[in-house]
Amino acid sequence: MPDSARNRHILVAAIGLLILFGLPVVVDLVTLLEISIYVVYAILGLSLGFIWGYGGILCFGQAAFFGLGAYTYAVTAINVGESTGPFLLAILLPLVFAALLGAMMFYGRISDVYMGVITLVVTLILFKFINSTANETWIVGKARLGGFNGIPAFPTLNVPGDPGALLDPEQFFYVAMVFLLLVYFGLHWLMTTRFGRVVVAIRENEVRAELLGYDIRLYKTAVFAIGGGIGGLAGALFANWGNFVSPGLFSLAQSATIIIWVIVGGLGTMIGPVVGAVLIQYITTLLGQQGVINNAFVLGGILVLFVLLLPKGLMPTLGQLLTRLRRAPRRPARRSAEQAEGGRDGH
Amino acid sequence: MATKGAVVLETRSLTMRFGGVVAVDNVDFELREGELRCLIGPNGAGKSTFFKCLTGQLLPTAGDVLIQDRSMLGEPPCRIAAAGIGVKTQTPSLFNGLTAREHIALAVERHHGRDTAAARIDEVIDRFNLGDLGRRLVGELAHGQRQRVEIAMVVAADPWLVLLDEPAAGMTHEEVDRMVALIHEINRNATMIIVEHDMQFIRMIGDQVTVFHQGAILIEDHVEVVLSDARVREVYLGA
Amino acid sequence: MDFVAVIILEVLYAIASLALISAGLAVVFGMMRVINLAHGEFLMLGGYAAIVSVRAGLNIYVAMLVVAPLVVGIIGLIIERCVIQFLYGRMLDTMLATWGLSLLLTGVVTMIFGNTTTGISTPIGGFAIGSYQASGYNIFIMLAGIAVIAVIFTVLKTTRLGLIARGAMQSADMASGLGHNPKRIYMVTFTLGAALSGLAGGILAPLTGLTPTSGGLYVSKAFITVISGGAAVVTGTVSSSALFGTLTQLTMLLSTPVWGDVAMLFAAIVLLRLLPRGITGRFFRRQV
Repeated sequence: MPDSARNRHILVAAIGLLILFGLPVVVDLVTLLEISIYVVYAILGLSLGFIWGYGGILCFGQAAFFGLGAYTYAVTAINVGESTGPFLLAILLPLVFAALLGAMMFYGRISDVYMGVITLVVTLILFKFINSTANETWIVGKARLGGFNGIPAFPTLNVPGDPGALLDPEQFFYVAMVFLLLVYFGLHWLMTTRFGRVVVAIRENEVRAELLGYDIRLYKTAVFAIGGGIGGLAGALFANWGNFVSPGLFSLAQSATIIIWVIVGGLGTMIGPVVGAVLIQYITTLLGQQGVINNAFVLGGILVLFVLLLPKGLMPTLGQLLTRLRRAPRRPARRSAEQAEGGRDGH
Repeated sequence: MATKGAVVLETRSLTMRFGGVVAVDNVDFELREGELRCLIGPNGAGKSTFFKCLTGQLLPTAGDVLIQDRSMLGEPPCRIAAAGIGVKTQTPSLFNGLTAREHIALAVERHHGRDTAAARIDEVIDRFNLGDLGRRLVGELAHGQRQRVEIAMVVAADPWLVLLDEPAAGMTHEEVDRMVALIHEINRNATMIIVEHDMQFIRMIGDQVTVFHQGAILIEDHVEVVLSDARVREVYLGA
Repeated sequence: MDFVAVIILEVLYAIASLALISAGLAVVFGMMRVINLAHGEFLMLGGYAAIVSVRAGLNIYVAMLVVAPLVVGIIGLIIERCVIQFLYGRMLDTMLATWGLSLLLTGVVTMIFGNTTTGISTPIGGFAIGSYQASGYNIFIMLAGIAVIAVIFTVLKTTRLGLIARGAMQSADMASGLGHNPKRIYMVTFTLGAALSGLAGGILAPLTGLTPTSGGLYVSKAFITVISGGAAVVTGTVSSSALFGTLTQLTMLLSTPVWGDVAMLFAAIVLLRLLPRGITGRFFRRQV
């Protein structure tokens, strides 16, 4: 098992580095900009993939952390006039927010379903609140919140310590891609630590973990906070990508989209949400160009079909198929199928 | 153990109601250090509910649970476990996606430093003969093997008080014999409570027995006395 | 004095419309433990069904009270057969699938009717209370809300269907042991729940302009009302509608509609934190 995991890591790292250094050479700037947003979405997908697939916490309001990160960045960047502080704050604030929300839910011992409800409701509150701030009285320092109009312009990323040196789109791609690799491998590393083992144990059997003396409330809150922080990071990057934030970031549609990425890509894997985000966004972009079939229709259909037919998602199913193919020549088919069934180890 | 120490676990007027049903009714219970106590009773006698009140899985309707003279009422199971109490629940309760070795690691790592943990994990793996199972996911193991992993996990945490709910359920004769030996071995270092309804098993353990009936304690005495008691026979045969 | 009367009317109207919005979801959640996130779209579809019928020359009351529930009931039946029936017992998967359905239905309606606002006018005019103007249609909604709740209560409490449904809810095994097919009971319940949602959507259609995304406005309110109410269909819906309707309406009068909504959402979070199983999980436990 560790060998195959290492091979997989090397493969992902190689592909990642190839994209990081190769893509800017082969594609034009417009395409690169397009791909940058996929990278940002991949990070956002990972944030939920971690909370849901590893922590076993189904968050219906991942968009809340995304939007919070984006708005935090926009508002503080306008006030400060440079990007480093706002960027860090855009990670920190959603992280703290998620920690508080998580603590409230987990220490209250709220069941799965009600957790879905509460996260959904919190997202709605934020959406409604931000939407209603069009009035001029809603000002944070120098920044107008703008309500449904959003915040149209703010200082974008600069070289840390040098507010004059703004990053160009190509440099932004590098930044986003490096963050994606950091998050991906960072989370993988986290899962190999003692903390990660306890998190998986809690997902597998909450009662047992608790009877071993682990405070599951604390661990779940931590997982939720980390996921919230990563969601905030994606939000900050998103704000920089378009130099625009709007209440739509907090919308239910946004939350649903993130869930669709994760479920399509595959729960319990790190690569799944990345693949799901890129794939779904690519399809969405294609559909947007032809303009006949409605986007929501396709996304909704995909979600229904996956829940019904492929609840494990693409990557785990693909992994099982590969394992089966590889083992088939040497062993009877039935046996290898059984092993593939039990061989869920988290990619 | 011949000489019994101080009271280490105590319930005072413990009561648990579910809706209109009184599952545990005003139970006063005492356990002394070093004891090996069996809780028996027919199905629905309230012993498992009582057990869950001790482990913190259920919050009693009334009464108090004291462990080493400290009230544990309302404490979550993790606090109770962290106080040095090992618990095995009724059905094998494991982490199917983890290996046997990872199970032991989880139990050991909570209170061992990084440097001492590895040695202790190996020690437990050896002691419970889990070497060959160590790398397999427990979801793939047979029932008896899963029981063994769970007991190993409970013991690995060095508890001073061990609570086992039906440890012999679903085991073969041979496995039951081994379990009895194991229980006596664990009892050398730890006080124990065992919930069981299999009379044969109780006889093999052979120590103090508390009989539950309709949520209350019917009789509390040595196993031989209890098994020859007319009321106990009636309760068992009548049920 | 007139002012107080107007406020009381407003609050009662808010409670009744919440109960109407939530009734279909409450039936499905209470009887089947299914949380239908496409519930808002059912209401939206009911609204469209009513509007299209009125445009086609049908009497508005027939459109609202007959066509809307009929159309949405049939759609509900199709959805139950194609999707929901495979997911019983898997609460989270059901939530995900119905969330997908909600997007899908929004998409379909957008493709058919376009992303524009449509509407019909209210069939009942206003009347005056002293120097204040009150809406007659609000009174109609209050009556409709009371009627819907009364019908649900009567069906559950006094009819054979209600008894079987309540039995199946307690124990599907037992019900099937008595010769009732729980699958069929669930199918009927879901269809009736959908029809109730369609009815509510039809009745509420004249009040606001309708767009394909209107479902989103309803679903959060219905969702919160039902979850906070807990498992008992009638008592839960009535008690939490009363609570949230009063709260929202009073907050609205004191500030703006947005704050009314925010107050409701916030109250729901606090309530669920305090009573994780809803109002009827804690009180009125033996009610329907």
